[in-house]
Amino acid sequence: MTSPLRSFLPLALMLAALAGCRPPAESAGEAERSAANRLEGRLLLSGSSTVAPLVSEIAARFEAMHPGVRIDIQTGGSGKGIADVRAAQADIGMTSRPLKEDEQDLVAHRLATDGVALIVQASNPIPELTRQQVIDIYTGAIDDWSRLGGAALPIQVVHKAEGRATLEVFLAHFEIDNTAIRPDVIVGENAQAILAVAGSPGAIGYVSIGSAETEARLGAAIRLLPLDGIPATSDEVAAERFPMSRSLNLVVTSEPSPLALAFIDYARSEAVHDLVREAYFVPSTR
Amino acid sequence: MTWFGKRISFRRLADRAIEFASTLAALTAAAIVLLILAFITIEAWPALRDPGPARFVTDRTWFPLSGQFGLLPMLTASVLTTIGAVLLAAPPGIASALWVRYWAPPSLAWFHRRAIAILAGTPSVVFGQWGLVVLAPLIAAWGGSGQSLLTAVIVLALMTLPTIALASDAALGSIDDELVRGGAALGLGRWGIASRVVLPAARSSLLAGILLAAARAVGETMAVLMVAGNVPNFPESLLAPVRTLTANMALEMGYASASHRSILFVSGLLLMVAVAIPYLLATIARPRSDHG
Repeated sequence: MTSPLRSFLPLALMLAALAGCRPPAESAGEAERSAANRLEGRLLLSGSSTVAPLVSEIAARFEAMHPGVRIDIQTGGSGKGIADVRAAQADIGMTSRPLKEDEQDLVAHRLATDGVALIVQASNPIPELTRQQVIDIYTGAIDDWSRLGGAALPIQVVHKAEGRATLEVFLAHFEIDNTAIRPDVIVGENAQAILAVAGSPGAIGYVSIGSAETEARLGAAIRLLPLDGIPATSDEVAAERFPMSRSLNLVVTSEPSPLALAFIDYARSEAVHDLVREAYFVPSTR
Repeated sequence: MTWFGKRISFRRLADRAIEFASTLAALTAAAIVLLILAFITIEAWPALRDPGPARFVTDRTWFPLSGQFGLLPMLTASVLTTIGAVLLAAPPGIASALWVRYWAPPSLAWFHRRAIAILAGTPSVVFGQWGLVVLAPLIAAWGGSGQSLLTAVIVLALMTLPTIALASDAALGSIDDELVRGGAALGLGRWGIASRVVLPAARSSLLAGILLAAARAVGETMAVLMVAGNVPNFPESLLAPVRTLTANMALEMGYASASHRSILFVSGLLLMVAVAIPYLLATIARPRSDHG
């Protein structure tokens, strides 16, 4: 009859969510390899929950290389990261935005860039949408492609669930209040948004450029729309030309500890570019 | 010490050991449920104090980051999808059990039971994927995005159908054979026996099976998440998107900060209650005698 496992699904989900907060930092093997440049001590990182998952992956690798190093990561938003670094509560702050003018006492090291692109189904002939057209589509003022020069086809607005980083970038770029949006479908992951758009001729959505490029290369029936005339590609994001993007930074005081600097150097090196791309961010090109 | 003096045989000792082990296991199982309930309540407590339970009912919509905490649209969605799925799955589920018991040739019945069991064991992601890739585009032809209340109901019905079929099969099997023979002696045909003797006699067991299936449907997460559209509004039609309580937790839990997280645990609490209700009803529906 009913599988008893099924009743544990909510629990399993909770455990998974808890486990996801902090992947186990220890990793055996290859530990003694770099005994030559021995680093020891503790690092505390604090700040953006967008940056934290990537940084904890990088930290796990760093800890495996330097067994004497222990890295703790706390989240609470970019603002908390800045405040903690200033108050010496954290060694490194994580921010998902550049430093503001009144934060110039700190130094930001760009870790990666998060670019978000609008996507439509590959069959959709629309070449590009203006800023106002995107706002009208997402707030329900325009609900048919025929009003934008396309075929008579209702627009299906694919939106993200609250808390997602791509949602924040999208809302901030178009300056829309989330409560004003009239979605037809709400998804969580980028992959789900891509599936939804690929399967519906009238759909429009927005996803991390890294994930859209990967899926499109693998044959997903989607097309990335240019924004303000700039094509939605990782190269444009890395070159800081693509408008709907934000920088992910590691922030330190003007006198950081050698350990903090060593970690930042590592986090910005090519050795972790695979982790950056797996998180669908674009590595910073120096 | 008198215990040993009584010359308890090895068999008695083994009996005691097994009794002790099974009691321990049973208590552990019960304790886990209570622990989960306690854990969820503790996590939900901050949200139950502020913004407080009233806001979960009075707020019209769910925008936790903008201070809108209405859970009613999602509770409605969970209830509607469950009722819809059970209404859709119960008739064919019971019919399948009747057919397998009273009409099917033995070899076909064997095959049918195995097929239903496999369907029951199919992971929900597979149902979700089928719903998203095959069913949703078909339903989109009637309007909307194809990710809707109706799509969720159909996918859930397919998932609950084997549960109902297997439970009904067991319910029919537990009918006293004398009733069936008595019906035959009165000259009733197969259909007469099935409709006038077997079904009435097995009524409460059948109902219990349906309620268990309903409990499963309320708790289903992944498949619904993939096909329901997940917009947290009251649905205006069958083709409108809905978000269930389970989908809400799965969508937002991994990305929620402190206060938002706490409110998600409130929806978890609500969900446990929603699952418990059909189970309790099933216990009441199941009569003392027709299982044994």
